[in-house]
Amino acid sequence: MTSAKPGKPAKSAKRVAHQPSWLEKATQDHVRAISGTLAALARRPVGTLLTAFVIGITLALPAGLNTLVANLGQAGDSLQGSLRASLFLNDDVSAERGETLAHDIARRPGVSAARYISREQALEEFRTFSGFGEALDLLKDNPLPATIVVTPNAKQLQVRTEALLKDLSTLPEVAQAKLDEKWLQRLYAILALVQQAVMMIAGALALAVLIVVGNTIRLDIENRRDEIEVMKLIGAPNSYIRRPFLYTGLWYGFTGGILACLLVEAGVISLVEPARVLAGLYDSQATLQGLSMNATLAVFAAGLGLGWLGAFWAVSRHLRHIEPAS
Amino acid sequence: MANIVHFHRVSHRYDGGPQIISDVSFTLGKGEMAFLTGPSGAGKSTLLRLTALLARATAGQVMVEGRNLAEIKRSQIPAFRRQIGVIFQNPSLLNERTVFDNVALPLLIRGHSGDDIGRRVRAALDAVGLLPKEKAYPLTLSGGEQQRVGIARAVVAKPPLLLADEPTGNLDPQLAMDVMALFMRFNEVGVSVLVATHAIGLVSRLPHRVIHIDHGSLEERRKAALMDKTHDFS
Repeated sequence: MTSAKPGKPAKSAKRVAHQPSWLEKATQDHVRAISGTLAALARRPVGTLLTAFVIGITLALPAGLNTLVANLGQAGDSLQGSLRASLFLNDDVSAERGETLAHDIARRPGVSAARYISREQALEEFRTFSGFGEALDLLKDNPLPATIVVTPNAKQLQVRTEALLKDLSTLPEVAQAKLDEKWLQRLYAILALVQQAVMMIAGALALAVLIVVGNTIRLDIENRRDEIEVMKLIGAPNSYIRRPFLYTGLWYGFTGGILACLLVEAGVISLVEPARVLAGLYDSQATLQGLSMNATLAVFAAGLGLGWLGAFWAVSRHLRHIEPAS
Repeated sequence: MANIVHFHRVSHRYDGGPQIISDVSFTLGKGEMAFLTGPSGAGKSTLLRLTALLARATAGQVMVEGRNLAEIKRSQIPAFRRQIGVIFQNPSLLNERTVFDNVALPLLIRGHSGDDIGRRVRAALDAVGLLPKEKAYPLTLSGGEQQRVGIARAVVAKPPLLLADEPTGNLDPQLAMDVMALFMRFNEVGVSVLVATHAIGLVSRLPHRVIHIDHGSLEERRKAALMDKTHDFS
């Protein structure tokens, strides 16, 4: 087994001495792959940006829709906070009794406030706000009932608010209880539907991102066929050959994520003013919110994950078919 | 066990094609240099491809460094190939990379550090006489220079076995002689070398063993002679 040539043992000893540790080697391999792929992408900025834009727009669509739904939900919540139930009292309930009742109701669980409005106060308010003051002067009697305005706790569930209202309407002093919440329930139902649709759209678009990245990487592999053949010929491990393509996929996803966030933010900024006007019409102080921290992270995670996955898919499909030919 | 390459009754045919080589047996000793000659299409390239696991034998057994290649799984091929330096008639360089970067490839995939790569690549380029061209791009070089870059790449990681397929095919006689001399120098420091060539005139002037293959089989007369020489060698 031993070589008769004197040069050889010395050479292999030298080779062992310069063998870097596993971690050093892995770090070095990754650093080289990262700098190599970034340089390669920077060499053709237009192509890179086009691909990133396709991914960015694809990611921005579900992210934007999600932001919209989140904002509508928030607007609904803020309206629910100002939502009140009116308990119309029987005319024979005295002002004192009304005050005490309001006090009692305010202390019930699920109620954040209750205020007694006497018939006179109601008339006064109606006169001030309705513009029908003069019409009221024509009436002999005050037609308005005394009211207790109940503000339910905004954080509790819809069903509990309804149960509370039902409970209150059975009080002997109460003639009628009213909570105008139907439209809000409809809004929530629509939002739930849209949310579901957004998830489905997001799923379909995730597939689109996979295909875009996969196809781009496939073309990349085709363009670098010679290089891959040489790599295989000199015994490059498959992981080594795969690595630059996987990083390229990651970069596409990352740039796509940045562009998606920018697109959504730009959309939000352009909608802030009209949204404020709309909220104003509903007496709401709600302002349009951009992507939340979590949503931003989710967009980036989706970009990176899908970029990597698309690249991995392309690489595992196409690399094995490239074999060196002499 | 002093053989680095051992073919035992090996046959090969490409899928659906005719038999390229049939029932070939030969050995290359450790540290030996030999020439594989024969007309075009005789199966020289196939023999080298089988040795580098670029193709697999359809019958018989190929052993390299004591390992039966039939037992090497697909996933183990890269590690196997790192033991072998391969040189083709077409040096298959990466044209968008410098000479230095081309030669550095085998070291990069092995994870050598930057300093180490610089030293080894320059040593290899120096050995093939191309040190001044390290920053040049392959397409600016002559055919002979490109071939030498390919040789530098094949030897830079110091593989124990060097396979060359018509390395002088595109070169004029003087350059061809230079390339052969290079192989002899590597052989002198212990590398086993198998060179497929049809340049019989050139080979006949050299002292190394000649394995002649024709129509897919080793010529009987030669085979006997080879066996004797192999015995001498071991």
